[in-house]
This record gives sequence, C-alpha cells and structure tokens, in this order.
Amino acid sequence: MTTQTRTHSTVKAKPSGFIRDLITIAKRALRSIPREPETFGPALFIPAFFFIVNIGALQDLTETLPGNDGFSYKEFQLPTAIIFAVTGISRAPGLVTDLQSGYFDRLLLSPARRLPLLLGLMVADFVLVVGLCIPVLILGLALGVSFGTGILGVIAFVLIGALWGLAFTGFPYAIALKTENPGAVGASFILFFPFAFLTSATVPLESLTGWLRAVARVNPITYILEAMRSLTGDTWEWTEIGKGLLAIAIVGTITQALALAALRGRLDRG
Amino acid sequence: MTNAIETTGLTRTFGDIEAVRGVDLVVKSGEIYGFLGPNGAGKSTVVKMLTTLLAPTSGTARVLGHDVATEAHAIRLRIGAALQEASLDDKQSGREILTMQGELYGLTSKEIKQRIEELSSIIEFDAIDRWVGTYSGGMKRRLDLAASLIHNPDLLFLDEPTTGLDPTSRIKVWEEVRALNSELGTTIFLTTQYLEEADDLADRVGIINAGKIVGEGTPDDLKRAVGSDVIQIRLISDPGPAMAALESLETVDHIERGPTGLLVSVRNGASSVSPIAVALDSIGAVVGELTLRTPTLDDVFLELTGDRIEVSA
Repeated sequence: MTTQTRTHSTVKAKPSGFIRDLITIAKRALRSIPREPETFGPALFIPAFFFIVNIGALQDLTETLPGNDGFSYKEFQLPTAIIFAVTGISRAPGLVTDLQSGYFDRLLLSPARRLPLLLGLMVADFVLVVGLCIPVLILGLALGVSFGTGILGVIAFVLIGALWGLAFTGFPYAIALKTENPGAVGASFILFFPFAFLTSATVPLESLTGWLRAVARVNPITYILEAMRSLTGDTWEWTEIGKGLLAIAIVGTITQALALAALRGRLDRG
Repeated sequence: MTNAIETTGLTRTFGDIEAVRGVDLVVKSGEIYGFLGPNGAGKSTVVKMLTTLLAPTSGTARVLGHDVATEAHAIRLRIGAALQEASLDDKQSGREILTMQGELYGLTSKEIKQRIEELSSIIEFDAIDRWVGTYSGGMKRRLDLAASLIHNPDLLFLDEPTTGLDPTSRIKVWEEVRALNSELGTTIFLTTQYLEEADDLADRVGIINAGKIVGEGTPDDLKRAVGSDVIQIRLISDPGPAMAALESLETVDHIERGPTGLLVSVRNGASSVSPIAVALDSIGAVVGELTLRTPTLDDVFLELTGDRIEVSA
C-alpha cells in the first residue's frame, strides 16, 4: 500500500432495489458452487449408486410379479433417484460459514433488503438442483427409461424434482440461522429419512403392507414420486401431477416459513 | 459543526449482563474519535448498535441525524464499517467482493470500476483477482477496509482495525485512516485497545471501562488531567526495599510494580529525579535505568479505573 493523494469521486450509495439485491446475492452463491465441490459431489454419486443397485436387486422380482405386465422398475426407480439427488442440497453450510466469519454481518451492514439475503441463496439452490437432476436423468435414459410425454414431460419431471429440492431447503436454512452449527445443518438430512423411506420409494404403494402403507399414504413424497412417475407414461396425468405439486407446496410453505421465522428471529435478536 | 453521532443513555444488556451502561457520546463531523478500552469493555457492542446491527436495550442514538432504531436503512446508506475480524469470503476474489459490495450499495458497473481504481492505494492490486483465502492477515484487513469504503461513506466505523496486525501493516492502516480523514473529510469512529493508536490517530478519545465512559477529551487534555509525571525505574536488585524507600518521599504520588521495574508517579518530574536517585542509593538498590516521561493514555486509564489496559492479541 502506498500513500498517495486520494481521488474524491462523487460516487454515493443509493438503494439498489429488491431484484438487484436478489441477483447480487444469487450471483455470489452461484460462483461459490463450483468452488465447493464437496457440497454437491456426494449428491451426484449416491443417487446413481442406489439407482443401479436397486435395479439390480429388485428389477426381476418386481417385473415378473403376476399382474405386473408392462411394469418397468427402471422407470419406477428414476424419480426416487432424482429425489435423493436433490433433497437437502442447499447453500446452508455456506450460510453457516458466513455467520461464523462475520461476512453475514457485512451483508447486514449494507442497505440491501433482508429477504434477498436468503432468497438469493435459494435461487442458486434451484439452479444447482436442476443441474443435479440432469446427470441422473441421463443415466436413466441411458438405461432405457423413456418418457411417453415427450420432451415437455422430461422438463416437467426435472422441474418437479427441483421444486421439491427447493421446498426442502427451508429446513437446513432454518437450522443454519438458528444454530450457526455446521454439524446441525448436516444432520438436517435426517429429517428426510422418514420422508424418503416411509413411502413408495422402493416398491409400489400397493405392495406395501399394514402400517407402512398407511403412513406412505400421508407422506408427501409418495405424491411427488407418483407425479414424476406419471410423466414416464403415455399421457399427462394431471390429477397425479396436481397432487404432487400440492404436496410440494404444503412442505415448501412449512419449511420456508420456518426459514423466514429463523431469519426474522436473527434480525430481531439484534 | 454538526454531530455525526449522538447517543443518550445508550444501554445494551444480554440476559443479566449489562454490556453497555448508559453511554452518552457526541462525535463531531470530520473528526477522528478514538474509543479506547480493554477487551470486553463494551466497545464492539457500542459499534454494533451505532451501525444498526444490534438494537439498543434502552437509550437513544442518532447517526448522521438518523435514529438507529427507526431509520436504519438511511444510516446504512451513508456509513461504512470494518468490524473486528476482517469479515470476508475466502472463496471469492478481492475484485468479486468489492464488486458485490458496490452492487449492494446501488453503484453502477462503471462506478464500481472507478471506485476499485480509486481504492487501489489500500488494496494490493496485484492480488485483486486472487481468492481472499490466499491473502495475509494484513491484506485481508485492507481489503475489508476497501470494501467498507466502496460507496464513499460519510462516517466510517473501524472496530479494532489493527488488532493482530504486524507493526508494518499497522502503520499502513494508520496512514490510510489519517489520509481518509484529512483528504476526504471522512468522520472516523475508531475503537482500539492500543493506547498509542488512540494517542496518534484520534482528535478526541473516549475511555470506556465495564460498559461506561469514564473519561473523554483530547489525548493531551486527558494526559494533562492526570497531573503526574512518571519515572520508570528498571531495577537489577530486589524491588521490594526500593518501593518501601520511595513511598516515604513527599514528591511521590503513587508507585506501581511493573514487569520491568517500578513506575513512580510524581508531581514534578524534573525536581523528583534527584531525591529518588538518592533514596535508592541510600538503601543500596542497583538501578539499571531511570527514565522520566510525561503521562501516557495508559496512565490516564490507570488514574480513571485503577487498572491498566491488558491488551489481547
């Protein structure tokens, strides 16, 4: 640093607006994604692994059951793999780092609106989960999964998966803002376990027995999976799609309300 | 001259702990105000309230004419702040951080480019496209300072800007602070636990201890108010008998045993050196060094609080 005469420009701060704040926060979050491959690497490997292993273990069994003529276990399993790929993926660990390092305080010192500080991260999450859907989808197509609803069905399939991923992010953000603890944020994935396994993720709903079928019927994941599976059929099943979107909306409303309450609590704590 | 900061009875509690207890402050526009106190005195809590990061429990504070409780947005547009730790993102480059900062303050791309060039005296331009994680502590501090200046704030808060820095980096930050104030007229509110920092930089100093302001004035006024000169004595022999011998001298106000010897406060330094030397000689004390000096802010702090500032790294 050399001491020299400072130039006194007339540049002064002015309110930047909600959308520009949102874009600014999202741009930084998007830049961070490829710089932290550890945050999304496992999300690429684990679903592909389970997809292949489940097909190897259950394809013959499920496709040869009496009355299952024309049933494709690969088509049945692909939505499960997508859901596993996108759930729990968020910039919440980065938010914890910002909270701990004081960078979040630097953002709060600026005149930026408060809501974009969180929503900007979610914009990046949406881009990331769409990106995570694509390799799993390509794997499914390579293994012979087909979409009777065509390219629009493929787009809808990815969008439903990504919307679910986004809906779930409210949990890790709420935990990040509440605890500032990376371990607690990592453990938020545990919340997904009952969603993931008490449902028709591995075998069809009608094959489940007793209490498990009853629980699966009220599990929102069941309806999201059914909506995605319907898109591999020959026609658009609007009722199934509608139920899936409603399930996402209900979970998303709850989790995002928790995240916003945690943000509000954090700001009020000041 | 208008006031940049005015607080009345500013208080902040955390549960049962009263971190800031009824602080009354006036900082004039265009001055460098040094807020001096030991670790945990409440300096950072005051800064957080004045920068709208923390709501006061009671009392009022106006920053650049705006109330911190009801006009936070208007304050944020006009202030800059570099908090205690350089708060940066290690996985972004210096340019990315400055650009993002500029965008949050509503600057256009052209204005951001212009400001980054103007701030090149602070940041190390060669490293601006490198990730911040590769920067040294001093480089991070200076980038943090540049980020807080991107929008040309009218009032700059610096919370212990040189804590943990090596002496060279510390002097560079001091030069920058002086230049910002003298050349651009920026009002600066600077917290520090370093006495020489407050002494060298600040036009006026507020001394805070245990959440309360215990003294305020220009460094010279504060030192003059102590009244005593200080004689520093480095002893090679046991300081115990020497202390006993000096306590009986009429000219001696106070004796303190320090890590390197004795600090003797006397009413008139020049006329006290001789009787002190004679008294030490009479008991056979072996003196390594005897120095007369005027009071420092540390002496002021001792006078006001009964304790010396313990500086943490």
